[in-house]
Amino acid sequence: MINTYKVPKGGRCPGRSRTATTFLALPGAALWSGAAQAVNDLPGGPAVNAVNFQPPATRIAEILHSLHGFMLVLCASIFVLVFGVMFYAIWRHRKSVGHQAKELSEPLWVELGWTIVPLLIVIGMALPATKVVVAQKDTSNADLTIKVTGMQWKWGYDYLKGEGEGIAFLSMLDTGQREMANSGRPEGDDYLLKVDHPLVVPVGKKVRVITTAIDVIHAWMVPAFGVKQDAIPGFVRDLWFRAEKTGDFYGQCAELCGKEHAFMPIHVKVLSQDDYSRWVVEQKTLMTGQVDASSQVAGEASEQRSEAGGNTR
Amino acid sequence: MNAVIDHHASHGHDDHHPVLAGWRRWVFATNHKDIGTLYLLFSFTMLLFGGTLAMGIRAELFRPGLQLFNPELFNQLTTMHGIIMVFGAIMPAFVGFANWMLPLQIGASDMAFARMNNFSFWLMVPAALIIALAFFMPGGAPAAGWTLYAPLTLQMGPSMDATIFAMHILGASSIMGSINIIVTVLNMRAPGMTLMKMPMFCWTWLITAYLLIAVIPVLAGAITMTLTDRHFGTSFFNPAGGGDPVMYQHIFWFFGHPEVYILILPAFGIISQIIPAFARKRLFGYASMVYATASIAILSFVVWAHHMYTTGMPVTGQLFFMYSTMLIAVPTGVKVFNWVATMWKGSMTFETPMLWAVGFIFVFTMGGFTGLILSMAPIDQQLHDTYYVVAHFHYTMVAGSLFSLFGGVYYWGPKWTGVMYSETRGRIHFWLSLIFFNLAFFPQHFLGLGGMPRRYADYPMQFADFNMISSIGAFGFGLMQVYFFVFVVIPMMRGRGAKAPQKPWEGAEGLEWEVPSPAPHHTFEIPPRLDASATRVID
Repeated sequence: MINTYKVPKGGRCPGRSRTATTFLALPGAALWSGAAQAVNDLPGGPAVNAVNFQPPATRIAEILHSLHGFMLVLCASIFVLVFGVMFYAIWRHRKSVGHQAKELSEPLWVELGWTIVPLLIVIGMALPATKVVVAQKDTSNADLTIKVTGMQWKWGYDYLKGEGEGIAFLSMLDTGQREMANSGRPEGDDYLLKVDHPLVVPVGKKVRVITTAIDVIHAWMVPAFGVKQDAIPGFVRDLWFRAEKTGDFYGQCAELCGKEHAFMPIHVKVLSQDDYSRWVVEQKTLMTGQVDASSQVAGEASEQRSEAGGNTR
Repeated sequence: MNAVIDHHASHGHDDHHPVLAGWRRWVFATNHKDIGTLYLLFSFTMLLFGGTLAMGIRAELFRPGLQLFNPELFNQLTTMHGIIMVFGAIMPAFVGFANWMLPLQIGASDMAFARMNNFSFWLMVPAALIIALAFFMPGGAPAAGWTLYAPLTLQMGPSMDATIFAMHILGASSIMGSINIIVTVLNMRAPGMTLMKMPMFCWTWLITAYLLIAVIPVLAGAITMTLTDRHFGTSFFNPAGGGDPVMYQHIFWFFGHPEVYILILPAFGIISQIIPAFARKRLFGYASMVYATASIAILSFVVWAHHMYTTGMPVTGQLFFMYSTMLIAVPTGVKVFNWVATMWKGSMTFETPMLWAVGFIFVFTMGGFTGLILSMAPIDQQLHDTYYVVAHFHYTMVAGSLFSLFGGVYYWGPKWTGVMYSETRGRIHFWLSLIFFNLAFFPQHFLGLGGMPRRYADYPMQFADFNMISSIGAFGFGLMQVYFFVFVVIPMMRGRGAKAPQKPWEGAEGLEWEVPSPAPHHTFEIPPRLDASATRVID
């Protein structure tokens, strides 16, 4: 089992070997040069052959989960109803079984009925969704405010307000991952998700994330938190989350931002309050011994900007 | 009933030019049927071209890691696949259908502006060449996605300018085509063909043509501003100069959302012709179908920002666009209910056109449901820019638009060519396309739910199996379209096959079945006299 990633307290999910892959690989043998590798679910990240959202780690993500479940049931019922009627007609009202065409009368109530009933269903959908939209947008009273800056192709994190204020660093894909991509034979449960410096936040605290970018539009997403927000150059936007459990959570850039779009992941490490405080102290000690990290980020940023400017070909 | 043919016999061809021979017939074409054929062949060529790019995408995504293309080229493939399929394949294909069928369906002798018709077709060819050659320009083809979001477009090479130029040309062609369609439908109907007796295909195209005229200039504006930002120092969308990249998205989607209805409304029209023909019944709720189409068109102007939930709109903005988007489900539902009611108590047979039509309703509705799920702003927050969206719009654009186009080719092909297609081959084409289509796109829902972003050249290992299944489905689907061309289209064009009767479908109604198969070069040169239902020529 190839696993370079340290599994947090939640424990490891049982490995599932990719037998389906081995079977399906046969037609594409030319492309399939290696043997099928084992891969496990990544807690806080994607699961092997998942068919639903990633397990929620915030209240909002939980609500989204159930909202999606509700929609699925609703759509499935309508689907069964409408296509039940259609396939019954296909089965019974065929010429080959001797069915004669019969024109139906077209009373107004039928047309009105199947306009009004869907309208009511739609209103029934809109109500719960509205509550969630309002909750998602309420970024007030945050315990911790962090600025996230999208850059081609990494993320900059600045702790603006709250415990840890002043901490700043860049976070980019682990270089070995990009080499693995080029080799065409990647492995590991955290392939393309491993970063050098994860974003660290305390558990149970309302974290407000302010997004912006310095070159093109990026998008900061962490599926387990139910958040995704474009990072737009020249503008700031915000989102919030309150992680309910400690552990590692993963996301990726979700807005096409150039050639390395697939290679600027997001890793959020949620620590207990004590561990977080310890981490903050550690970072502050490191920072006093070094150049001020926030100016370092700013320096990097302006460097990037000039690069981007000269890069218009 | 043979008034038209009698007319031909008595007058011969003395009142107009003879059919030109060889290439001159096509280059100087002013006949709506010839131009329709040109459009259809052009769009099929572009479908195969765009499809080849899609095969490249799916080959790269067959397994994790980069095997075939570097990410830059991968982005070029996704971008050009989108642009070619939307502007080169689906839109011209429907214009081809309009050219062939509108004059026949309303009893007109030709399109209103025959020479402009020629121009609007031949403009597309240089535009297509520019787009195809973009790959060979310095820096390769544009790689900013088909939506061409700023400010990424500012980083593109010269092919970006070439593509903008090509899109302008295509837009001009579309506007000319739309004007032609509107004038033809409004002015050239045979006496007795009132608007509310028109076949549904004419109605859907009339509404689509208005949409096109309304939004193509908006696109032209957006890409022109991109061009001046790139070269002439303006800062409409360039944040470095105080521009607003989100403004680009607003303008683009003000075009883009009506655009997706431009791609689907004529499809609704084709399906509304096919279902009654094979159910041997009238279309249920004709008037409500017309109103539903118009409602969808009008609503399409006020939903654009549902493509932009993650740009960070204020609460009120999100709510407005969420409500208006959900509303679209109502008229779309009315259409599906009317089709099912048309099939109810019919006397159905399932020749190939009907298979495509039923397949359309079934699979397109699945795309409609995922659209409903995506319309919910909070859920879209999770699914935006993931493979779920890719699955959703391929369910509507491929299983919607493309399936209806195939249905239309089988339905009207005998009228165009004078020969019947092979029913066996038609069925093979349908069933395998349906299976491979679902194999290709259904797993993409799971990928999106699991969190795989779209436009990714590479992905975490956990997504490997579904991507592989999807790729296999895509290869199969691509192969089936080559099969369709080689074993269905080419034999029909060469006149191989059983001779088609004037009306090959027992339950079909409409003026197109009042002329012989193949339709003579000139039809309805004098306006026909119609019966009360405006579906038959009397005398």
